Amino acid sequence: MEFFLITSLNGLCYGLLLFMLSSGLTLIFSMMGVLNFAHASFYMLGAYIGYSISQLLGFWTALVLAPLVVGALGAAFERYFLRRVHKFGHVPELLITFGLTYVVLEVVQLVWGRIAVDFAPPALLQGPAFTLVNHSVAGLSLHGGAVAPELCSTADAALRIVCSPFPATRGFMMLVAITMLASIWLLLTRTRVGLVIQAALTHPDAAESLGHNVPRVFMLVFGAGAGLAGLAGVIGGSTFLTEPAMAATVGSIVFVVVVVGGLGSLSGAFIASLLIGIVQTFAVSLDYSVGSVLGSLGMAMAPSWQGTSLARLTIAQVAPILPYLLLVLILIFRPRGLLGSREG
Amino acid sequence: MSATSYTGARWGSVWLWLVFALVMLVMPRIFDSGLSITMLSQMGIAIIACLSYNMLLGQGGMLSFGHAVYTGLGSFVAIHALNAWSGASPALPVSLVPLAGGFAGMGFAVLFGYVTTRKSGTTFAMITLGLAELVFAMSLMVPEFFGGEGGVSGNRVVGAPVLGISYGPAVQVYYLIALYTLVCVVLMYAFTQTPLGRLLNAVRDNPERVEFIGYNPQRIRYTAFIIAGFFAGISGGLGALNFEIVNAEVVGAARSGGYLLFTFLGGATFFFGPILGAVLMVLAFVMLSEITKAWLLYLGGVFMLMVMYAPGGLASLIMLNLRVARHGKLRVLLPAYGLLALSGAVCALGFSALVEMVYHRQLDAAMGPVLRFLGTSLDTSSAAHWSGLLVYLAIGVLFFEWSRRRFALQWNAVHQSMEDERLRAAATP
Repeated sequence: MEFFLITSLNGLCYGLLLFMLSSGLTLIFSMMGVLNFAHASFYMLGAYIGYSISQLLGFWTALVLAPLVVGALGAAFERYFLRRVHKFGHVPELLITFGLTYVVLEVVQLVWGRIAVDFAPPALLQGPAFTLVNHSVAGLSLHGGAVAPELCSTADAALRIVCSPFPATRGFMMLVAITMLASIWLLLTRTRVGLVIQAALTHPDAAESLGHNVPRVFMLVFGAGAGLAGLAGVIGGSTFLTEPAMAATVGSIVFVVVVVGGLGSLSGAFIASLLIGIVQTFAVSLDYSVGSVLGSLGMAMAPSWQGTSLARLTIAQVAPILPYLLLVLILIFRPRGLLGSREG
Repeated sequence: MSATSYTGARWGSVWLWLVFALVMLVMPRIFDSGLSITMLSQMGIAIIACLSYNMLLGQGGMLSFGHAVYTGLGSFVAIHALNAWSGASPALPVSLVPLAGGFAGMGFAVLFGYVTTRKSGTTFAMITLGLAELVFAMSLMVPEFFGGEGGVSGNRVVGAPVLGISYGPAVQVYYLIALYTLVCVVLMYAFTQTPLGRLLNAVRDNPERVEFIGYNPQRIRYTAFIIAGFFAGISGGLGALNFEIVNAEVVGAARSGGYLLFTFLGGATFFFGPILGAVLMVLAFVMLSEITKAWLLYLGGVFMLMVMYAPGGLASLIMLNLRVARHGKLRVLLPAYGLLALSGAVCALGFSALVEMVYHRQLDAAMGPVLRFLGTSLDTSSAAHWSGLLVYLAIGVLFFEWSRRRFALQWNAVHQSMEDERLRAAATP
């Protein structure tokens, strides 16, 4: 039970991180028709810039400043690079963001080196947010913070006590993601700025003739999307690992999320992020082999297959390909994605 | 009139093919060191791969991020075929092993293309990316087929020599590769002239109208994808023969990205563009990566500049200047070109010196603060060197921007006058 709870919370947390990235990507896509291939690079930049700022001014300042810096970089990229190739069509737009991934990766290695940097969360967030204690007699109980080690162990062999801590960084990540979500939603639906953005999204010409500077709106949306990625980077980088490979690891998953959710659909991206986050987290923590799972389902593998590496593969090892399998299945059975509206 | 120019054009292209074949024939005589023969072989392989990639990108408008899947799986099947069938009983001559790779690439294209080509544009790009990740992740999971970390190795010198060819010396493999390259390039060029090739261009430009005249764009994309997969597989099979070892890297994202990058740099809008791109690719991978550790940075920067200023790649730059030369106006532009090249060289020098200094601090700091750069020594601990280079680079950038604007003005003027000439010629009967 406590395994299930903690794993679902971890999955939810990973899913929310994915959504922090895919929301910006989806917003940019639905507005400008550009799939920003370098979105994960902005995520990585956020982590590294956040690391540098936190060395100088502390984590909390970095949490505010780094997304602003990354957002400004994103806006500048839109203004001076992306806008120039806009007239050539969508393929060059995708290509220039593809070129940017190379440049960002190399610049990061140039400035911060090729190995991971030690980006630790602040003392307040280190340690568990709460601990679930499963006592075989007293049952499941919830304790805030860490629990004393003597509570988790017992000399009595008949008793079984399992303590499952939930890291505070993960809790913080969920908190930030949900706050961010709520504020984007409020901004888009309840404010004048949001109305202009929505208008520029669906009817750019009409919005322009009403006197709104649509290219500037595009630039700001691109910057905001990059800034959101940067925010995710500060949190993701301090929770997980800040290394040059982090963009590539998360990047392709985010694209899967966006396609599975349906290109351009924010709610689709939300569902797909949570789905992939939870599926992958559960898969990673299950240590059963494919052969044994099939066996317990009553299907024996052919003798020639038994003992091959395919049968010995554990679900945890298969976990990395699950998002891509989901992508392929979705494309076969529901080509427009979970909540996508247009066929393309 | 039209008939004579048609045959004239046809003879012209035959001459071009002969020159192409001749160049491939004599190249290993001119550059006969071991390194250059390896590079020439790699160029042949890359030419087939990039041309097959351009069948998707340039001719079909399909931006694929997973072309290495087809070359790579072709390599794996080819090396397994070599190991299984080309031994004592010569069921499969070594010369035909690349074809096994080709059919493998085709088979996987039939399988994966069914999913990917259901979509076009951005979605297609994302799906190919996802599939490439899928195959790469699989390659580490199934060591029986992919050989795990070490890869699968083979031996191409098996069976009795045919006509004295044992494929022991590298130059014999080169000529095999050259032969395959010639045949594949001719076939791929012929493909662009077929109705299917033309329809593929139409699908790229306007799929709705293709649908209106009764074709299924999805089916056309799928067919082209399969054909591209076949040639990609041949290239992979040749790679397996050339290196005699295949590891999971050949299906990796970096390889796919390389095909995309260099096909575009060479020029996706002309048939010969990817050939230039492939030659550049081998030069960059083998030589540039030797010279500097920051080569991917330079490559990415050049790529972004190309996307912004010359989306047709090198091939389009060549063709544009040939057109200017044909009008006898290249001479007018030469001074501006000179300035542009000079200021560009100034900028490139300053920028790369700075980059190398940063890299030196980052990676080789243990070897002291001084680094050798193009015959001079730069001291990464001296503020004067840093600030001097920064000022130099700033001046260089201003100089470049000034000459770029000057060049753009002249270029536009030349094109305007060429356009006027054309209109005048059209107006006079």
